[in-house]
Amino acid sequence: MAEVSCPPPPENLGAFQDAIDFIVSERESVSGGVCIGGPSELLDLAARHMVVSVVAMAIAVAIAVPIGLWLGHRGVGEFLAVTVSNVGRAVPTLALLAFFVAFVGIGFTNVVLVLTLLAIPPILTNTFVGIRQVDRETVDAARGVGLTETQIIRQVEFPLATPTIFGGIRTSAVAVVATATIAPLANVQSLGIPILEPQTYGDPGQLGAAIVIAVITLATDAGLGLAQRAATSKGLKAAEPEKRFSLPLRRREKTA
Amino acid sequence: MNALFAATELRDRSESNCVADDGFCPDWIAENLHKYMKPLLEHVFLTLTSVAIGFVIAFTLALIAHRRRWLTGPITAVTGALYTVPSVAAFFLLLPITGRGDKTAIIALTAYTLLILFRNITTGLRGVPAETVDASRGMGLTERQTLWQVELPLALPEILAGLRIALTTTVGLATLAFFAGGGGLGEQIYSANAGTGGIYFQSNVVVAGGLAILLAATFDLIVLGGQRLALPWRRAQA
Repeated sequence: MAEVSCPPPPENLGAFQDAIDFIVSERESVSGGVCIGGPSELLDLAARHMVVSVVAMAIAVAIAVPIGLWLGHRGVGEFLAVTVSNVGRAVPTLALLAFFVAFVGIGFTNVVLVLTLLAIPPILTNTFVGIRQVDRETVDAARGVGLTETQIIRQVEFPLATPTIFGGIRTSAVAVVATATIAPLANVQSLGIPILEPQTYGDPGQLGAAIVIAVITLATDAGLGLAQRAATSKGLKAAEPEKRFSLPLRRREKTA
Repeated sequence: MNALFAATELRDRSESNCVADDGFCPDWIAENLHKYMKPLLEHVFLTLTSVAIGFVIAFTLALIAHRRRWLTGPITAVTGALYTVPSVAAFFLLLPITGRGDKTAIIALTAYTLLILFRNITTGLRGVPAETVDASRGMGLTERQTLWQVELPLALPEILAGLRIALTTTVGLATLAFFAGGGGLGEQIYSANAGTGGIYFQSNVVVAGGLAILLAATFDLIVLGGQRLALPWRRAQA
């Protein structure tokens, strides 16, 4: 057995304690001979996880937002915008990734493609809906004071639709970060490695990685939630202070 | 000895070249379709059980939040957090507590349906015009009668829309249930042990993935059909 520079796995720890220990300190792998776990490996995997996610999200936003803006402004393609998101929901991510692995190939580019395809529908639909929800009278007024169509999109419709568009980006980002977990199936390293290689990482590795993934996803959601609020114009925030929970909080009038 | 082995392998390959090459083989699919029956049924079982339990919980929560409106925010926040945790992570977080098997898969999948169903039921109930509720009170209906005979029927389109989203989403997430030992079509896609050649075998990916998509579409159409039957006044409108 080769000499390793890390201690053997601790014994007699509860499942969750063992998983936390896996996260905070290095140990010898289940099969022996290699060091696994600890902050350095997990940070490296987390960084790879985020790189593939961020690249996919950037491409998806660059594609879906302009198309959604244009379709929404013109008021055409409602069927397309709605169908894309319905179909997108029905295709299991594992099946989509498996399809790419079997028919297109493995590697970074293919995983980015899969994640981009996954991210586009919510962004496209939300952008379209957000623009369509802008009061037509507001748009008419903007046209009346002499704004060009491009100015209307950029100065009127886009700011008013920002909360909805951001909602779509948030939904997509959470789905992308979650799905990057199975990227190792296509030979791309991510936090899914300890989960998909139990023969090396064992139960504590799987549970530890699951904890890290859960934390990262919740942080992504919370972070984008804050960004959503920051990007929303002050007027909108003042008008709808309870928008945070994204439920239409129309109060029913008292009857008595 | 080595030569003999190589020769045998060569013959096997020529007989089923397509399968050995992990290709798309209609013959193989026709012969092996029965292998997908059990995973398909497991998938249906996981989906329906999780959505049914999720619906009961979300419906109860929505009725409570309908009476005590301040609870809407906290319930949405909690179900939202459950919805955000990735399914694969949720399965492994539950494993030490509930062990491998259907139970773990169903708990995690149920947790996912809660936000979707709760949000749609609440939105539906909120969308009932105040005048309608007033009118029913004016006719002497009790609170309970107003809820069951006026508010819920009018909220039904939103509720059923939520059910459709929950069903299609759960069919998709259930492809990952094999991580929790819950079987399903995902096991066929992922695992070479399932006797299908796994993720590199085109025929397998097409059949198992296709079945999952078909299943989602079927559930969607069934609810849509139910909606048309349950809401004759909407059909007249459209």
